Amino acid sequence: MPSNFKNSTVKIDNEEKMAGLALFTDDLPAKDFLWCRPLRSNIACGRIRSINIPKLPKGYYYVDARDIVKENVVNIIFSDWPVFADRRVNYYGETIGLLIGPDKEVLEELARMSQVNYDEETPEYELVNSQIHKEFKKGDFEAAKKDYDYTLTETFETGYQEQVYLETQGMIMWLDGDKITIKASMQCPFYIKNAVVRTLGCDPSKVRVIQPAVGGAFGGKEHYPSMMAAQMATAIVKIKKPLKMIFDRGEDLMYTTKRHPSRTTYEGYVKEGKLVGVKATVRLNGGAYKGCSGVVLSRALIAVVDSYNVPNLDVTGDVYITNTMPTAAFRGFGSPQTIFAFEMFIEHIAKKAGLDPVEFKLAHLVEKGMVTAVSGKFHDDIILPQLVERAMEMSDFKRKYKEYSQPGSNRGIGLSTFLHGCGFTGSGESTIINAQLKLTKDENDIVHLYTSQVDFGQGNRTTLKKVVSNTLGIPEEQVTHEAPDTDHTLSTGPTAASRTMIIVGFLCEKAAKHLKEIWKPGEYQEWIEPYVGPDYIHWDEDTMQGDAYPGYAWGVNIIEVSFDPITYQIKVEGCWSTYDVGHAIDDRIVVGQADGGLAQAIGYGYLENMEVAEGRFRQKTLSDYIVPTAVDLPMMETELMDNLFAYGASGAKGCGELTFVGGAPALGHAIEQAIKHDIHKIPATPEYLMEVIEHGKY
Amino acid sequence: MENISFYVDDKEVIIDVDPSTRLLDVLRIKLHITGVKEGCGEGACGACSVIVDGVCYDSCLTPVANVIGKHITTIEGFRNTPQYRIIADAFADFGASQCGFCTPGMILNTYTLLKKNPHPTEEEVRVALSGNLCRCTGYNAIVKAVLDIAENGGDIEW
Repeated sequence: MPSNFKNSTVKIDNEEKMAGLALFTDDLPAKDFLWCRPLRSNIACGRIRSINIPKLPKGYYYVDARDIVKENVVNIIFSDWPVFADRRVNYYGETIGLLIGPDKEVLEELARMSQVNYDEETPEYELVNSQIHKEFKKGDFEAAKKDYDYTLTETFETGYQEQVYLETQGMIMWLDGDKITIKASMQCPFYIKNAVVRTLGCDPSKVRVIQPAVGGAFGGKEHYPSMMAAQMATAIVKIKKPLKMIFDRGEDLMYTTKRHPSRTTYEGYVKEGKLVGVKATVRLNGGAYKGCSGVVLSRALIAVVDSYNVPNLDVTGDVYITNTMPTAAFRGFGSPQTIFAFEMFIEHIAKKAGLDPVEFKLAHLVEKGMVTAVSGKFHDDIILPQLVERAMEMSDFKRKYKEYSQPGSNRGIGLSTFLHGCGFTGSGESTIINAQLKLTKDENDIVHLYTSQVDFGQGNRTTLKKVVSNTLGIPEEQVTHEAPDTDHTLSTGPTAASRTMIIVGFLCEKAAKHLKEIWKPGEYQEWIEPYVGPDYIHWDEDTMQGDAYPGYAWGVNIIEVSFDPITYQIKVEGCWSTYDVGHAIDDRIVVGQADGGLAQAIGYGYLENMEVAEGRFRQKTLSDYIVPTAVDLPMMETELMDNLFAYGASGAKGCGELTFVGGAPALGHAIEQAIKHDIHKIPATPEYLMEVIEHGKY
Repeated sequence: MENISFYVDDKEVIIDVDPSTRLLDVLRIKLHITGVKEGCGEGACGACSVIVDGVCYDSCLTPVANVIGKHITTIEGFRNTPQYRIIADAFADFGASQCGFCTPGMILNTYTLLKKNPHPTEEEVRVALSGNLCRCTGYNAIVKAVLDIAENGGDIEW
């Protein structure tokens, strides 16, 4: 049977990608470009005493912190990460300098012969050095904990996760006159541009960033390309030659940013069958530099009780700095960690109180008008009960749940409900990002849409264009939407935070409405639309109080597993999901996000194990960092339900991250039912499950 | 260095190259066939898949000496065939390509599967494609697309 998707168009770039015609960064013509090879620290912590580079052959160069033009810092949210290590290194693999030249093998040899001498210091790998602290309260937790029937305190751990975009990090850079031009595998062209402008102290008009085809990103290309750009820009100013840096998979696994490992403790109190109070302590490992970790922590804390209503809360969160690879953005951005932990906890405490865990959870679902964890308000309609009911029907949940609870079933089914705040936290969209969208119409009445949104597979080049053509009531072919070029587009902000459709899509719709009003056939016309969000959104980042997001998307995942008691292997047998993304601009594209997000979350839950030993990742290849293959996953069934959002294009909210955050806990619940033990950690590897079952270790 | 000859997409190629050079580098760097992708360089992801005398290989693990005299099909030759069109149309219909980096390799493996086994079961499709990693789709749309071809492809000459 053909797919039968409603309301769907084939993606603009579909054919060129399938036919192998799309040019990714390493495919671009780059004759006579010189290779850049990072010289990295081989200790985790210490002062640099001396750097001894061997005599370089003709045509080879070396640059490091001594060549910094203006500022030795990568422009990230909190700018503490140096472009090149300056006098000290803080993690294994930190870039000290770039060796540059025409032959990669010669560069490898030069790197091997280079000697960096250090005064080594004792590295810190434990979560002891908090550099970011946030806290907030809701209701009166102290009163709630004095009057209860049951209490439970538990700690949950989540591991590193690597994005494993199929195309590794890569960038090419050349001089066009005195203008630095960059093409790279990226998410945020203006982040790259701003990073170059900041480190060089140059005029913004001297930097141009153009997006080629991008082979996946998932957050991993939100900030790291800014680092590469700042390093290469420092070099290009000095040597004035075109440059190219492409990571191989090993470098990408070992030396680029990952998801934050977490350790979260919940202390909960149940009174008369209700969860009346929760104290949460959230700890994230930020690695050696803060970067965007403060914002990741914010998201983790705002999602601290997931989609459940708890009247009294006492929440603290910390980002710990350790001598390890810095952690940064990855689909979900902090919320997968706390949503996993709380989903497990709420079922555990229900069981302790002798109540049915699923019924207990569902009795706590948040409703419209309720107060959020951070004392804002759920302003919009919430259709979680309908989403739950439909997902239960699709999966035959109730029958299976009862059947699998029998001893020796070796099978389990788990349900998670979850939310994801779309867009930047709080009023960030109006105060920090200030997106502006440009729409032009030429003399042939072709409409040109300009955004800085990168399509790294999600299909937003197609969907944003579709919003414009639908709004104008013209055929899709009459609208163009090229990949971003910072010389031609205004900044509509980064491609992150599930903001593309809820924010930029909304801008597209408004701009198109305005263009329609002034439409004059056969004339060139231009319309610039600034973002104006809902006026009821007020957020105080210091106190963590208020309305955290413009809007929320919602979802339910149900996962079924079987368990092999001989090998301790888990096999995923079925996945059913329902989502409220407001309204899908394109069903096929949203379902594609749903499938991919859940697959990645399942990997996070039981397969993708990344460990640090002596400051270094032990998994260095895709043979030891295991991501799901086609045999690890079953068919996934997804249904979407409309729940129109007033500030989104045709009612659309976000969907990229939503589809990730609930997978690991649904899987975790299923595993618990299959093995008849509680779990407190992901990835739930066979080794961990054996410890739990045989030795009662959690 | 020595002269090595083989066929790529039905054209004879004679190149002067170290016989231990990876076929992937010969295709991408010497012949500019960039539709063949490098995803891992260790045979774990399948993005560099090419067909050698009817069988899919990871070109990153294949020294060029191993293909002397053989016929290699890359996505750049395969995309001109009616079989490509059938697979690509099904992939488009189900949304089987997102970022597109794995897609050329996935399509070539789909073709060699269907040529050998025109009506595979879901399990057979999953096993056949398990050497090709995709991080975007969760394989759902890919597997559905292949099963759809198997079911509705009629009497295509694979």
